Amino acid sequence: MSKKMAIIATKGTLDMAYPPFILASTAAALGYDVQIFFTFYGLQLLRKDLSSVMISPLANPAMPMPVPMPVMVQMLPGMESMATMMMKQKLKKHGVASLEELRELCLEADVKFIACQMTVDLFEFDKSEFIENVEYGGASMFLGFAGETDICLFV
Amino acid sequence: MNFDKEFDASGLSCPLPIVKTKKSLADMQSGQVLKVIATDCGAVKDMQAFADQTGNPLLSSSEEAGKYIFFIQKK
Repeated sequence: MSKKMAIIATKGTLDMAYPPFILASTAAALGYDVQIFFTFYGLQLLRKDLSSVMISPLANPAMPMPVPMPVMVQMLPGMESMATMMMKQKLKKHGVASLEELRELCLEADVKFIACQMTVDLFEFDKSEFIENVEYGGASMFLGFAGETDICLFV
Repeated sequence: MNFDKEFDASGLSCPLPIVKTKKSLADMQSGQVLKVIATDCGAVKDMQAFADQTGNPLLSSSEEAGKYIFFIQKK
């Protein structure tokens, strides 16, 4: 029987979107049976259009910046878009896959995506904005799988 | 070394060399050999780990002019 891995994805920023998709696609390549449970802001990673997934330099002091930038500057309009654009350029330059590509590789490898029904209702998300390969469920459904895994991660 | 198929992962970063190696092996026959070329130095340990965990033997792993060359046999 193959090994299993479960990931809980709770963050919806560009930097925090990578770990779940990287680990899931890799585990699937290694023969693991993988499920990702998307809840709270992690639900943003299931949108058909991922262009709203951004990175903010604000309150993110560990983010390496090309030039030191005071917080007062980071809060100016447009800074988030600029940081996101620069991060995406950097990722591309280093041959790191886009989120869209990694997500697609996960789906091709039969990684199962579960969206938290409660959070979908809470934030009044429109399911038509999400990709189609998503199952909707709750904590019990996820724990049914997670309880039998070899690896279970909270991101 | 003789090989049946080649996958060039030059320029790709983790996890693409591994994920796409797995995809390249998918349509190969048992016993056939896949040659993988990578430039990501992390691929050296990752490819060994991939081979160990999937049971596809890593026949050879070497470095040539800044490129990492692997020969993996499909189990």
